[in-house]
Amino acid sequence: MNLARRPSWGRAVMLTVPLAFLGVFFVYPVLTILGRGLWPGGALDVSPLTEAVGDPGVRAIAWFTVWQALLSTLLTLVVGLPAAYALTRFRLRGASVIRALVVVPFVLPTVVVASAFLALGVGPSLGAMLLAHVFFNYAVVVRTVGGMWAHLDPRDEEAARMLGASRLRAFTSVTLPALRPAIAAAAAIVFLFTFTSFGVVLVLGGPTRSTLETEIYRQTAQLLDLRTAAALSIIQLVAVLALLVVTERLQGRRHVALRLRPARESARAPRTIGERAFIGVNLAIAVVLLGTPIAVLVARAFDTASGVGLDNFRALGTIHASSILFVPPDEAIWNSLSYAAVAAVLALTVGGLAAFAIVRTRRAGALDAALTLPLGVSAVTIGFGFLIALDEPPLDLRTEWMLVPIAQALVAIPFVVRITTPVLRSIDPRLREAAALLGASPRRVWREVDLPIVARALAVAGGFAFAIALGEFGATIFLARPDRPTLPVVIFRLLGQPGATSFGAAMAASTILLVLAAVSVLLVDRARVADVGTF
Amino acid sequence: MNRIRTALTPLALAAGVLVALAAPATGGSQPSRHVTVRLVTHDSFAISKKVLRDFSRRTGIDVEVLPAGDAGAALNQVILTKDHPIGDVLFGVDNTFLTRALAEDIFLPVKPANVRGLAHVPADLRLDPSGRAYPIDHGAVCINDDKRYFARHHLESPRTLRDLARPKYRDLLVVENPATSSPGLAFLLATIDRFGEDGWRDYWARLRDNGVEVVNGWEEAYNGSFSAGEGNGDRPLVVSYASSPPAAVYFADPQPKTSPIGTVLDTCFDQIEFAGVLKGTEHVKEATALVEFMLSKEFQADVPLQMFVFPARADVGLPAVFTKFADVPAHPASMTPASIGRNRERWIDEWTDTVLR
Amino acid sequence: MLAVEHLTVCFGEHRAIDDVDLSVGTGEIVAVLGPSGSGKSTLLRAIAGLEPLADGRIVRDGRDLAGVAPQHRGLGLMFQDHTLFPHRDVLGNVAFGPRMHGATRPDAESRARTMLELVGLAGYEHRSVGEISGGEQQRVALARALAPAPELLMLDEPLGALDRHLRERLVEDLGRLFRELGQSVLVVTHDHDEAFGLADRVAVLHAGRVEQVDAPVELWRRPATEFVARFLGWNVIAADGSARLAVRPDALHLAPAGELSGRVQARTFRRDHWRVQVVLGPDGQTADVVVRDEEPPSLGAHVRLALDPGGTVPLS
Repeated sequence: MNLARRPSWGRAVMLTVPLAFLGVFFVYPVLTILGRGLWPGGALDVSPLTEAVGDPGVRAIAWFTVWQALLSTLLTLVVGLPAAYALTRFRLRGASVIRALVVVPFVLPTVVVASAFLALGVGPSLGAMLLAHVFFNYAVVVRTVGGMWAHLDPRDEEAARMLGASRLRAFTSVTLPALRPAIAAAAAIVFLFTFTSFGVVLVLGGPTRSTLETEIYRQTAQLLDLRTAAALSIIQLVAVLALLVVTERLQGRRHVALRLRPARESARAPRTIGERAFIGVNLAIAVVLLGTPIAVLVARAFDTASGVGLDNFRALGTIHASSILFVPPDEAIWNSLSYAAVAAVLALTVGGLAAFAIVRTRRAGALDAALTLPLGVSAVTIGFGFLIALDEPPLDLRTEWMLVPIAQALVAIPFVVRITTPVLRSIDPRLREAAALLGASPRRVWREVDLPIVARALAVAGGFAFAIALGEFGATIFLARPDRPTLPVVIFRLLGQPGATSFGAAMAASTILLVLAAVSVLLVDRARVADVGTF
Repeated sequence: MNRIRTALTPLALAAGVLVALAAPATGGSQPSRHVTVRLVTHDSFAISKKVLRDFSRRTGIDVEVLPAGDAGAALNQVILTKDHPIGDVLFGVDNTFLTRALAEDIFLPVKPANVRGLAHVPADLRLDPSGRAYPIDHGAVCINDDKRYFARHHLESPRTLRDLARPKYRDLLVVENPATSSPGLAFLLATIDRFGEDGWRDYWARLRDNGVEVVNGWEEAYNGSFSAGEGNGDRPLVVSYASSPPAAVYFADPQPKTSPIGTVLDTCFDQIEFAGVLKGTEHVKEATALVEFMLSKEFQADVPLQMFVFPARADVGLPAVFTKFADVPAHPASMTPASIGRNRERWIDEWTDTVLR
Repeated sequence: MLAVEHLTVCFGEHRAIDDVDLSVGTGEIVAVLGPSGSGKSTLLRAIAGLEPLADGRIVRDGRDLAGVAPQHRGLGLMFQDHTLFPHRDVLGNVAFGPRMHGATRPDAESRARTMLELVGLAGYEHRSVGEISGGEQQRVALARALAPAPELLMLDEPLGALDRHLRERLVEDLGRLFRELGQSVLVVTHDHDEAFGLADRVAVLHAGRVEQVDAPVELWRRPATEFVARFLGWNVIAADGSARLAVRPDALHLAPAGELSGRVQARTFRRDHWRVQVVLGPDGQTADVVVRDEEPPSLGAHVRLALDPGGTVPLS
């Protein structure tokens, strides 16, 4: 396969754009802030690190951080995998709508979800924390794994069953290995998200539970103890790197080209009562798990002193109307959409190029891992790193609006990479050879073969990136930013005020946000069917 | 060809973005007569558009507001960037953080004569004699009670801190974690001020035994656990603000005749917020003008209904909703910033050991 | 038009293609015939520029193709398992080549329609490649490979996956089609009938080496090596001591007074004849004998065999 290894200008771009983006907006800021803690006055001082590692309190926090993330990941897989199966292998009316709706929790700011949980009577506890983690990350498993599952040839499993394998054996020996890269990718992302989860731990974990992330936030943003913060960040980084190495192994070096089938050919109508029951149970879980908090939130939005009504939505346009805080709802919506669009374009460009580079370069696992790192590094570390690293022209972006979508893109890029790489890897290399022999230059091959085949994955990734950016709040709340409030910011401000109107208006804004998210994901899903429907 | 262009669009866009990024910040260097002053502040900062507009029209100074997280995060960002300041004025350092701000030397001294409103600020709010940090507003962190709950249960509302530890108020109080919440810290300071270095831990041990609930933030306490908040929780006593009763009226529709919540005046701690001109600013004169403006009558009168705190100036009238519904503690607990700065870490650690472990 | 000289391709230590010389003239159809594993596909991939050469050179119309990217070699390759683009319909697949060569979309599509007519698939333009049969996929792949009018068309087991009946018909169709088009073709196959039916010349490949290149009739008449002889189904026997003789299957028949004797080891019925395997002498060498119109001897029977001198070739 020397075809793919032939050096080309295109490959250089594929590699350098992601590396440059990562270098400028992640590595450099993070190293700078770690340097403030560990290189005070120009000499390396590792004493904070040794102190932290030796501190039983820190060890307890680190251990709790790891096991709660593992448990959250496991629970999410247990709940999400059967749902991915039910939603992709069976032809169900409305399955595409459900697949889009599961993304909604993803865009809700944690503070909103937490208030919905609290309103449901789910108070701070370990269980509430884990439940919220499943709630947020369900979509990652259903969409990442489901995306792959939809294209596996069901005949492979049928062949195994003809050879005498039981249904379970056929699944574990044929389907599971084929899905392994997607499952590993989803699990890694869920782990990182829960490993660095901030709002959920703070609000639903309660005051007795802290993780490395909440502790780094406290040391950095409250105590300004950069030495301790740097030590904790390094512990966090080491854990994340270890995880990435493990999942890289799990995803496997040998990427067998799979015979991918169009999704509609691999799906079939449910046949037996057992299958119907299986689908029913999974839909019920999805509805209860995802639907209840959302329903509470929406109900609160329409709940007014005088019964059901639109007062809270009207209040959005009047509350604080005289204040600089005030932003008309349409403007907040517009701000949210435009930030999210810029972030999604950035994430798709950087992540998409990276995915192509990863597939075409031998040691590209490292790039994959590097692009995933930002998920495993505390938002406050990155945010404060921006502040002290990007402080001189031409890169003085500290108070530029671009910083917001850039921070959002950093979070979204790993999704783009992880959703598209498995699909790219499964493209039969001879398709590229066939295209080359029909006269296509390497760049043309990329555009005519790789790009269209991966287009649906890119569309999924773009939808995800957009949704993430739409609801993203954690990374940007720590940044000094020009006041162009997005919906999450509006919600956050309203929740910070006492009074029924403030709360009702916050719920109304949350409802708008979740409708926006659902609609945008649905549109992406539809567009994708129309454009590359034959695949 | 057309198709090639389509494919290159994302690339071109990315390149465009990078170019845009590389362009120098345009914030303060417009060639017009207007100078833009950047006000770094916390996320709860608010003021009327009209008030800021009047200021701009009168002085030719535009104000760009840069919210930068909560009060602690905003201050720390300013400290970290003091060599290349991200703004010209910082607002929102409170008395619990004042020592750090002064020790880090982020503020430029301004002659008090240039900040005329200061003369009308009571002496107990003027905590920085060096003329760097100017008090703009203050507000008391207090226990609020759900009046309806106590009426329904034929129970008297507590009056003092000591009452909170009595068995009849068992399982009724929710407080915020002082490690993660600023009202939580203020309330801890109120108890330390009252019971002294020797007594406060015993007091908190009694509160713990009396079933105090601890949550991490004001939103969870007020909108989650508080029975008169939006979460319909089961705790009729919450650590919040003396301004919460008027806010509960003001932000209700229709507005009730009396506030559903009250304030337990013996439990308050006064939080004072300061503003100052940041060292390294290129617009000393304009930044000073902004700080002075923040102590003008116009700005001060706007503060209560925008941020739900009390203006620093004593000679500014309060809006009706405040005079009618806000009970103001005559002598809230207070503590020198130096004492807070010295002890806060230890106090928080000891509190954590006493209450959470 | 194509000349391959001393071509060698290595996979690690293994020489998959070993010093191969081969040429294809303009309008000529050359078949490379060999069992699986003989390196046929590798040879095509090397010519296409998909495998690096360890040695030798490939010349097309006097031009050395070293360093020329696959898409610039003017070659078409039809893969063994079609490798149709799953994301395009039938027309999109066939129009791909012309588009890559700079044709506008309408031109490319009209060319593609012509090609589809040529292979008998008019009306299939907008079918998904996943929903047509194997034979149809084969013809789409052929149309796709032909559409950009490559100087040389290379076919890798073009009829491999098809049933016998279809294959026989397609061999004729293809041969006619290529001759009408004047298309230079290099086809690799493991099937004699396919090679003999299509090609002007056949090269027999064994373990990466060319054993013999000849016109089909010549090849059949005079296999040059023991491998070729055996691969074509000839018997190879040691007649007098060391000299080895290739014997055409029908040049050996049962005769009570035959000069060879042996014992029947196996017998198999083939459509219109029996094939009887006879062990000759004590050294265990075997020969296959065709028996028509009579009852074959039973297993274990001693038989005598006569040799038709016209049907033997001495091997060097």
